[in-house]
Amino acid sequence: MLHIINKSPLTNGSLDSCLRVAQTGGDILLIEDAVYAATTGNAFESKILEAMGRFKIHVLMPDLEARGLADRIITGILPLDYGGFVDLTANNNNCQSWL
Amino acid sequence: MSEESSIKKFMFVNRKAPYGTIYALESLEVVLITAAFDQDVSLVFMDDGVYQLKKGQQTKGIECKNFSPAYRALEGYDIEKLYVEKESLEARGMTEEDLLVDVTVLGQAEMGELMDQQDVVLSF
Repeated sequence: MLHIINKSPLTNGSLDSCLRVAQTGGDILLIEDAVYAATTGNAFESKILEAMGRFKIHVLMPDLEARGLADRIITGILPLDYGGFVDLTANNNNCQSWL
Repeated sequence: MSEESSIKKFMFVNRKAPYGTIYALESLEVVLITAAFDQDVSLVFMDDGVYQLKKGQQTKGIECKNFSPAYRALEGYDIEKLYVEKESLEARGMTEEDLLVDVTVLGQAEMGELMDQQDVVLSF
């Protein structure tokens, strides 16, 4: 299953809720303001590092580039372009957007 | 009424990341309007608002206007009081070096004090 997050982890509980509920082995995609969760030095980093053992975590690169943080991506998080976003969606049976 | 007494202290508190919502851009628009009325304007960036000032924003891929260069133009409108909360920067792994304009970094207590001194506080 694919979980899509679009809110910053430091001002919204969506990513926390997702990590609490999502089943091990799923895909998590960080887009829009959620891409801040994919950056080093963020206060949420330790939770992401822990989650990387249970999920495949992806980040949408155009959103990270827009925010000036493409060079801060946490090692092990998988970068994705729009084409990759489509593939990820198509390859999962279902998807939950944590709005 | 003298001209002096008609000048009020305006503070704009920016707490949202850019692009994900319209708040950051809207704040910038209102700040520029306020500048036209010769008021005493301060800009505060805290929480995710500090991301508005991040260097190196490249928005071509999301087809949005990159409005971050406008923060560098504020000086030309005599808006020179830019304050960033220290704790917010630290929680995001950022330092003053990451910011595209010169700012004054304040701790949370100093920020609260500055907020108290204002006539008008506008939140974005």
